[in-house]
Amino acid sequence: MTVDERPPLVEMRNISVAFGGVHAVRDVSIDLRAGEVIGLVGGNGAGKSTLMRVLSGAHTADTGEILIDGEPRTINNPRDAKAYNIETIYQTLALADNVDAPANVFLGREIVTRWGTLDDGAMEAATRKVMARLNPNFTNFSMPVKSLSGGQRQAVAIARAVHFNARILIMDEPTAALGPAETAQVRDLIRQLKTEGIGIFLISHDIHDVFDLSDRIGVMYHGRVVGIVNKAEVTPDEVLGMIILGKPRDEVTDKDLAKLH
Amino acid sequence: MTDITSGTPDQPEGRRPFSLRGLIAATEIDVRLFGMLLALVAILLGFGLVTGGKFLQPTTFITLSVQTAVVAIMATGMVLIIVSRNIDLSVGSIVGVVAMAYALLMTDWLPHGLGLGANNPLVWIIALVIGLGLGAAIGGLEGFIIAYIGVPSFIVTLGGLLALRGVVWIMSSGAAVAGLDPTFDLLGGSAQGSVGGDTTWALAIVGCVAAVGLLVYNRRQRRRFGFPVRPRWADVLLGVVSCVAVLGIAAIANANYWPKGLANKYAQQHGIVVPPGGLQISTGLPWPIIVVIGVTLLMTFVATRRRFGRYVYAYGGNPDAAELAGINTRWTIMKTFMLMGLLCGLAAAVAVARQDSATLDVGQSDELYVIAAAVVGGTSFSGGVGTIPGAVLGAIVMQSLAYGLAFVGVNTPTQNIVAGAVLIVAVGLDSYNRRRGGGR
Repeated sequence: MTVDERPPLVEMRNISVAFGGVHAVRDVSIDLRAGEVIGLVGGNGAGKSTLMRVLSGAHTADTGEILIDGEPRTINNPRDAKAYNIETIYQTLALADNVDAPANVFLGREIVTRWGTLDDGAMEAATRKVMARLNPNFTNFSMPVKSLSGGQRQAVAIARAVHFNARILIMDEPTAALGPAETAQVRDLIRQLKTEGIGIFLISHDIHDVFDLSDRIGVMYHGRVVGIVNKAEVTPDEVLGMIILGKPRDEVTDKDLAKLH
Repeated sequence: MTDITSGTPDQPEGRRPFSLRGLIAATEIDVRLFGMLLALVAILLGFGLVTGGKFLQPTTFITLSVQTAVVAIMATGMVLIIVSRNIDLSVGSIVGVVAMAYALLMTDWLPHGLGLGANNPLVWIIALVIGLGLGAAIGGLEGFIIAYIGVPSFIVTLGGLLALRGVVWIMSSGAAVAGLDPTFDLLGGSAQGSVGGDTTWALAIVGCVAAVGLLVYNRRQRRRFGFPVRPRWADVLLGVVSCVAVLGIAAIANANYWPKGLANKYAQQHGIVVPPGGLQISTGLPWPIIVVIGVTLLMTFVATRRRFGRYVYAYGGNPDAAELAGINTRWTIMKTFMLMGLLCGLAAAVAVARQDSATLDVGQSDELYVIAAAVVGGTSFSGGVGTIPGAVLGAIVMQSLAYGLAFVGVNTPTQNIVAGAVLIVAVGLDSYNRRRGGGR
């Protein structure tokens, strides 16, 4: 990769989050550049999702700071995050099941007419447009999203993030609930967004997904970042060793790796 | 009389020739609402049969609707409260407090305290504004405690139910207050408290034009974006049915006449010669019904066409999703309670105007009827589901049953047993349908 002189899109410095006595995230620093995909991996409870929830405004960090384009910024709630074009696709999808796809895509950012009433026509038109790109088979624009399939629901969640010109995209297990064809679609989308200069944090349990899509891989273990490595310089086995043993790459020995198999 | 009997069931009758399923799909009509309309018609016809037609008179429909008004007004607000996964048990007590405030304002505080005099028209206007504000303030305070401090709404409003009823007693030192402003009393919907025949027809025509206009506007909007539209015949049918319904209601209201004594007195005062059959003056729509129609339209608008309404439903469907979408959920919840309080203030106005006094028990147990109306009307306690017109229909269904049973001489305890059973059966049927995936 060529060296980028611009400040990183996002820089999280020394972030710590504790729930009661449990340290979910401890002193984590990580940065993300435009057009870069960082895969975040780690076991259950390693702190990946919590770290990302800090960036998307769902939690506030106890300590640490967040810089966007090199400027220190405060993110206290999801509205703040969205104001900085940080969009999130949550693992749970975070959809309001009882309303239709356009209402979900525009939830919290509705298009209104000049009389202040909801412009459902304009919202449906925009949703149709973004869906044509994401999932051309999607035709259910007036049914509550609870009656949609897993893949279609995922498409709604992705449409919500993509429509509003995200610069920083957080994807938490975006393919966990999808079939092979839909997974391939999401992978294509990630590559396409990358070429558009969007920075992506990709949380995944699927090491192949991560290797396929990421530029760098951040490994977390018990709330700490064990290491952030360039994909080109590691093997999947080494990353697996880091995830399971919680050691930096230099300390993962061949003996350790042999034991994993 | 007979033409009214055959006029009411006209609506469903006209739909029979089509396949019901295809019709519902084409008109995109709310199945649940349609079902309730059928249930209401069945109830009214049932009582009509039992009483040999005596039940099916314009007076019945008018009296019944006026009796429903107080509960129906509040039920529209309760829908939003329950949709957003809360409950308001204090509505009856808020009505009590505001009712007493109206009475004291109009009999004492404004005319004497402020020196406005007894017959100053400002008295009732100021009283109404203060009352509505008071209701909204009480609801807002409860909403603040619920949304920002995080005390469960059941607890806060249970406290409100108890405490506010105590406030009513303290306000009036335990006495009822009577003799309100006569203009204000028109809100109660007596014969004089109705708008009269001509105005009723005028309102009906406005309603007709508005309904057709709305259909045309929606069709144009969908065309503009190139979305699929309903088949033309479905839109035409909807327009015709709406107009027939609106004009039918007006016709029923106008077939209701002033009581003989009142009409004769009026004739005497205005030097009109009373014809042999007695002077027939149409009452037209009573004010409470107009208030209910207005509130229903406005609340439906708020619930479906405004951001606030969308947020209420989204929150009810998934509170986390609403929060993560950046919605100010606390403020949204607080607003639902403010709105509820405001509607309680309006309901209180109708309640005290009807009896020209504020007794200590105005609004007592109303919370139960209001919640029942909302729930029978399809509002679900699991959140996110419920419609304003449904709740109003629910209120009418419950009141029709009570009124009909009283009409055929069933005593109050038995009426309560029926009402309770209907509540459970209605919700049971609904849950069953939903599980089968029939409902939405």
